[in-house]
Amino acid sequence: MATSTVNRPADASRRRFGRRAVGGVGPLGLGIATLWLSVIVLLPLAAISVKAFDNGIGGFIDAIDAPAARAALLVTVGVSLVVALINVVLGTLIAWVLVRDEFPGKRFVNALIDLPFALPTIVASMVLLSLYGPSSPFDIQLNATRPALVIALLFVTLPFVVRAVQPVLMEIDKEVEEAAASLGASNLTIFRRIILPTLLPAILTGTGLAFTRAIGEYGSVVLIGGGIPKKTEVASQYIQKQIEIDRFVNAAAVSVSLLLIAFAVLLLLRLVGNRASRREEQNA
Amino acid sequence: MSTATPDRVGSRVGPSRRSQLTLRTIALTYLGLLVAVPIVLIIFRTFENGIGAFVDSITTPAAISALQLSLLIVAIVVPLNVIFGIATALALVRGRFRGRGIVQAIVDLPFAVSPIVVGASLILLWGADGWFGFVDEAGFRVIFALPGMVLATIFVTLPFVVREVEPVLHEIGEEQEQAAATLGASRWQTFWRITLPAIRWGLTYGVVLTVARALGEFGAVIMVSAGVAGESQTLTLLVHSRYIDDHNTYGAYAASTLLMILAIITLLLMTVLDRKRHSS
Repeated sequence: MATSTVNRPADASRRRFGRRAVGGVGPLGLGIATLWLSVIVLLPLAAISVKAFDNGIGGFIDAIDAPAARAALLVTVGVSLVVALINVVLGTLIAWVLVRDEFPGKRFVNALIDLPFALPTIVASMVLLSLYGPSSPFDIQLNATRPALVIALLFVTLPFVVRAVQPVLMEIDKEVEEAAASLGASNLTIFRRIILPTLLPAILTGTGLAFTRAIGEYGSVVLIGGGIPKKTEVASQYIQKQIEIDRFVNAAAVSVSLLLIAFAVLLLLRLVGNRASRREEQNA
Repeated sequence: MSTATPDRVGSRVGPSRRSQLTLRTIALTYLGLLVAVPIVLIIFRTFENGIGAFVDSITTPAAISALQLSLLIVAIVVPLNVIFGIATALALVRGRFRGRGIVQAIVDLPFAVSPIVVGASLILLWGADGWFGFVDEAGFRVIFALPGMVLATIFVTLPFVVREVEPVLHEIGEEQEQAAATLGASRWQTFWRITLPAIRWGLTYGVVLTVARALGEFGAVIMVSAGVAGESQTLTLLVHSRYIDDHNTYGAYAASTLLMILAIITLLLMTVLDRKRHSS
């Protein structure tokens, strides 16, 4: 009661003056923020989207259906799917080991997971070249092959699934598992029926983010991937080459396709996430 | 470090000791082959000829110019991101306006866009043939010059300050600011005395993320850089050109190691800041 009487004058004045007095957010602050976001983010993306359709929808389709463009998009999506799947399995496994297992040096290993996010992508490329490139001390030569693309993308997407799953795994109540075990459930059954359903939303989120990161990646694949057209050239390399030779419509069309794929995946994630949280609420 | 007593390990549910060891081996082998061994190798390669060779390699004129350009870009990008990032966060938290969801989505957009698409978009907006081509014609070069590299770096770092400051603003609420306003403080006084001190750790965290990404950005910047050695190369572009153009693999390793040292310093700073942020 007391607080509401204190608040009332402020509320009233806020209504009258359009909350001018608070925090400096009037129409001016909002205007500045909108202008900033528009100039930096929206206008460039608008320019590339319009450019993609310079020759109409037919021109857009022709541009992404050109053999080299189609190959680049297919390689990108294909390799990213492989990377996403490996992340599902090994990302979950690493998260499990980091949460449920105890071994000396665990904290160091845990810190290692963040390194790929902190390293510049071009450094990631150099780091991997030192082991998998021409001067590898173990004579592993993956330079300019598709496995090299997979390794580079696995490196830069490593934290996504691990860091999404880890906190959820820490929260899981072990008593449910113990109860299941005492009722005779096997380890596999416990994992499949109890652990996996709880982790699934987190795994999906991490995987989706890893996938969207992978399809747009450039720096980490540019040196080790080789960029051989129709073989290891990914979409971002194709875009870069088309810009270099002034084929702006081609570059824009492939760029817009990448954006659309990323948005579709992120939208799907949000839908799945909403459904999962709704189901959890119902169960609770 | 290991907290589990043998007793607890024995009675725990979950995989047997043997499958537990198998899982641990798989995880550690994977992380070793993917991250640890390559990083140890690149450090070994960098220092196998002694620290002197490393220092020589990162103090060539081209390397010093690259470091200076990288720092210059950071020095321009950080203040802009701080000012406009705080303004955007304030608008998102304190403003009640239509289309807030859309603004939220726009702030996250840079995370979903490929760096190369960022560069291509900037060329199509600011380039000689772009929508704002008149700026170029008027003699102010944006693309293939410093302004383009700055715009590219701001694009990719835009979410950091906003996303770190926003939750803190939510948490502190408006009571203190309202009290200050009631007591006659001007908007600026309220901001400097109340709001800014409250968000300082979140803001610092956002700035650290911004600096790290600005130093490390490659794809978006290479698209809009003229790429002249000793003039328009950042540290990341130096790594690339040393490896590709100069076939100077050692130089590329050395520059990578320098960037890696900067990245590890960032990680340590983030850990310290994270503790500060949660304790305050």
